[in-house]
Amino acid sequence: MTTRRDFLATTGLAASALTLAARRADAAGTRSPILTANTEPDPQVKVLLLEALTAAKLAGASWADARIQRQRRQNIGTREQQVTNVSDTDTIGCGVRVIVDGTWGFSATRSLTKEGVARAAQRAVSLAKANRVARERLVRLAPTEVHPNATWKSGYTIDPWSVPVEEKVALLFAANAEAMKVKNIRFVNSNLSFVKEERSYANSEGSMISQDVVRSWVTMSCTAVSDDRTETATRGPEVVQPMGRGWEYVLENDIVKNATVWAEQAREKLTARPVDVGRWDLILHPSQLFLTIHESIAHPTELDRAMGYEANYAGTSFIAPPDNVLGKLRLGPDMLTIRGNRSEKDGLATIGYDDDGVRPDEFDIIRNGIFWDYQTTREQAEWLRPWYEKNGMPVRSHGCAYAQSWSDVAFQRMPNVSIVPDQQVDRSLDDMVAATDKGIVMIGRSSYSIDQQRYNAQFGAQVCYEVKGGKIVGQLRDVAYVMRTPDFWNSVDLLGGKSSYELGGTFNDGKGQPGQSNAVSHGCPPVRFKNINVINTGRQL
Amino acid sequence: MSTLRHHPDAPKRLIAHDVASRHGVIDEALVLSRAECEDIVQRALTLSKADACRINIGASYQTNLRFADNQMSTSGISDDASITISSVFGKKRASVTTNDTSPDGLARAVAQSEALAKLSPDDPELMPELGAQTYASIPAWFDSTANLSAEDRAKAALTALEPARKAKDLTVAGFIDCSANATAIGTSAGLFAYHRSTGANYTLTVRTNDGTGSGWVGGDENDFSRIDFAGIATRAIDKARASRNPQAIEPGRYTVIFEPQAVSDLIGSVRGAMNARSAEEGRSPFSVRGPNGNGTKLGERIMDTRVTLVTDPADPQILGSPFDGEGMPTGRQVWVENGVLKQLAYSRFWAARKGVQPNSGGGGGFGGGGGGGLKMLGGDSTFDAMIKGTERAVLVTRLWYLRVVDGRTLVYTGLTRDGTFLVENGKVARSIKNFRFNDSPLFLLNNLEAVGPSVRVAEGGSVVPALKARDFSFTSLSDAV
Repeated sequence: MTTRRDFLATTGLAASALTLAARRADAAGTRSPILTANTEPDPQVKVLLLEALTAAKLAGASWADARIQRQRRQNIGTREQQVTNVSDTDTIGCGVRVIVDGTWGFSATRSLTKEGVARAAQRAVSLAKANRVARERLVRLAPTEVHPNATWKSGYTIDPWSVPVEEKVALLFAANAEAMKVKNIRFVNSNLSFVKEERSYANSEGSMISQDVVRSWVTMSCTAVSDDRTETATRGPEVVQPMGRGWEYVLENDIVKNATVWAEQAREKLTARPVDVGRWDLILHPSQLFLTIHESIAHPTELDRAMGYEANYAGTSFIAPPDNVLGKLRLGPDMLTIRGNRSEKDGLATIGYDDDGVRPDEFDIIRNGIFWDYQTTREQAEWLRPWYEKNGMPVRSHGCAYAQSWSDVAFQRMPNVSIVPDQQVDRSLDDMVAATDKGIVMIGRSSYSIDQQRYNAQFGAQVCYEVKGGKIVGQLRDVAYVMRTPDFWNSVDLLGGKSSYELGGTFNDGKGQPGQSNAVSHGCPPVRFKNINVINTGRQL
Repeated sequence: MSTLRHHPDAPKRLIAHDVASRHGVIDEALVLSRAECEDIVQRALTLSKADACRINIGASYQTNLRFADNQMSTSGISDDASITISSVFGKKRASVTTNDTSPDGLARAVAQSEALAKLSPDDPELMPELGAQTYASIPAWFDSTANLSAEDRAKAALTALEPARKAKDLTVAGFIDCSANATAIGTSAGLFAYHRSTGANYTLTVRTNDGTGSGWVGGDENDFSRIDFAGIATRAIDKARASRNPQAIEPGRYTVIFEPQAVSDLIGSVRGAMNARSAEEGRSPFSVRGPNGNGTKLGERIMDTRVTLVTDPADPQILGSPFDGEGMPTGRQVWVENGVLKQLAYSRFWAARKGVQPNSGGGGGFGGGGGGGLKMLGGDSTFDAMIKGTERAVLVTRLWYLRVVDGRTLVYTGLTRDGTFLVENGKVARSIKNFRFNDSPLFLLNNLEAVGPSVRVAEGGSVVPALKARDFSFTSLSDAV
């Protein structure tokens, strides 16, 4: 068997393809920037970053930062015993952000030469100058520490690019085959997605940061068709949560063994009882609840949304204006505390330093049921100065600046936003079922929709189990809950304990214009919500 | 925006012909020229050792300006180009994408795609690469957009910022997004395709400072000079003020009047559902279900007779790409004609198996990888006539956060946003609270009462009319403004 590694080694491409040496030659034919596989900032990258900062300063910027970022993506898709896609994407370039007279400018180029990055810096400055006419309030950045020689690496042990494609395909085929053995399963799709980012950052205050990030996701959907062809039912595709880890994480999830379980769940759903419309107690599993946290708590506590900066696209927030809600708005019972962080183990938003050059902190968003703080960048932290000073808190960014690639400007993006589990009782999902008389356990994200201020939401699930008298009695179908966010979170009456805590996440959280994707995780235990409005979504053509 | 200057931002020349002198230097040209793309394809084909090879090239020069809270916020310029090399050995295939267009970068991408392909299992559905094709020439490039300066964009933003600041009761947020793009495809079987286009998109949200009103208006053109910035600001301001103090009315089934953007938001989802293979496999709304059915609804009347859905890149309202991602000519495709399902989307593989003409490219669904947006032909009504002729209806500006709830019926959920009104006795009577809906575009297009003229909408790339339809299902109220 010839592996990809062997091939590259024998063709002499190993150095350039795998460690990224000589990713690009500049116009003069000399070697230009090299991003190495380890996290040490590469000398030639440093030279270009400093060149961009110098050019920005010379052109008139009062502050500047520069990011050189390489992003690789790999996607492998299969259906049944066929490959549908094998693709590898590799992009690298430099983005320069400047402040001129209190106005932002940004420009990005794939031309990684001294001239190329200097030109990008000059373009960014000329944009900022042109935009001064439309800016009344000046941009001010909250102070932060300088990190002159910082590195960080995400928690992966096996780089997905070190694993041959045929090994990956073999794993998907084996899982697909197991699923297809289950009666009524007619279609199976499975997919592997990997992202690897080498992020190098410098700003005019003297920070120089190099980071190495890997994310992995395996998805699988099993579709069952009834014998008489009148019904179809699907489990998936998000059966395994994406993580900031490598190939080892894919292996740990044993999709070959679990494929049977997922396929059986799809088959069982064919004959599930349609849900009765009305009020139910819901026990939401972390694989479902993470998305509700994301949509109804994490998005409306983004400070840019609350201040109207996303009004034309992602929307504003019901948790606004800040003066009226900070320390006042009740969003849950005393037992509910929700934190923002970029440090949670394996989290998709976990990182050492954000795209403002800030080392993120952990912060309470909801403290004992009361709204306490927003997600911020350096620009935004200044907007909350009165609140922080009043409460003896430092005026500092929570480290939520992020840009999806070198070609995009950094702005406020979501950190991991997670529920603190019950600290007294290590309650399991089974314990919660046993304590519930009439309820529904909902597992796995499905259809989800929420309004632009994050009040009214409707969420489905991949698998719904009816609970009667403390026992699961079978699957329900066509289930969705409809909620008004503050009422919903105030209906929490039971939290799972530490052992039941899990992370859920997504690669594709959209925000901004031009649109950018953010990868983010949300941790939580199973949580019970009392007396929630459930609708039946089934219709006939 | 009548005067367009040549700003230092803008590249010195729009099309670079001097290919040999510029490898590795990209800022000089806005996007890759035909000659440059031909050169890249030739170099890749020379390097290729595969049985077959396809080169997809995409290049863009993007400029944008964003404002919010009556302030300029972020703005940017970025240039990029990417090359995807797809290599085939026997039935094995893989692709590698790079944005390094230098000779070394290209050589690496070719070698890596060949290595990946050799390691991949056979793809029994692999189709041979297409040979030379004939394409329509579509005039989608406008210098007025390509040559735009940062000052031009700032001036355009001021058409909304100035009246909002002066008014004191309004806060505006908007986005101006312009691009110059080139796409090219070459294959080892002799195909070469090149197309370039520009795009200019503007969206504006005006909110009232009492927090109770919001109005949205947008415009999308290939030619920046055709966007009426001042007119958009006036309409959005009027809508925001008119939508203040919305009152709650009971959720339920209502006659609706959808502005074109709302129509596009909902019926845009029909595109992905038109895949022939899914329909024939029995898992689509266009499948015939039950023990006796193993086919599709092709040839059946599935919508009101006033519904005709086409894709046509050459349509002056669309100006899309003349080819899809495999290099197949797109051309005019009629999907639904007078309510009858005329076509489903066939990839080349599925078409060959079924003995029909392929029409979708890459298996990628309705309209394929090119061809531009969906067009629903207009009708004989007008927006004003719809209002006048209506006793009671909900008027919807646009929809938000649509997600499929049931793929079997194409039932979607989502919400109204940025201007929802009650029409009573021939007039827009009052502002009402936003609704969540659970309904299917297939139901909407069956329940038509009136069809207006088709226009190109700002989001989604469709050309659709305003529609009046009965029995649309609003299922809950939203407090969102």
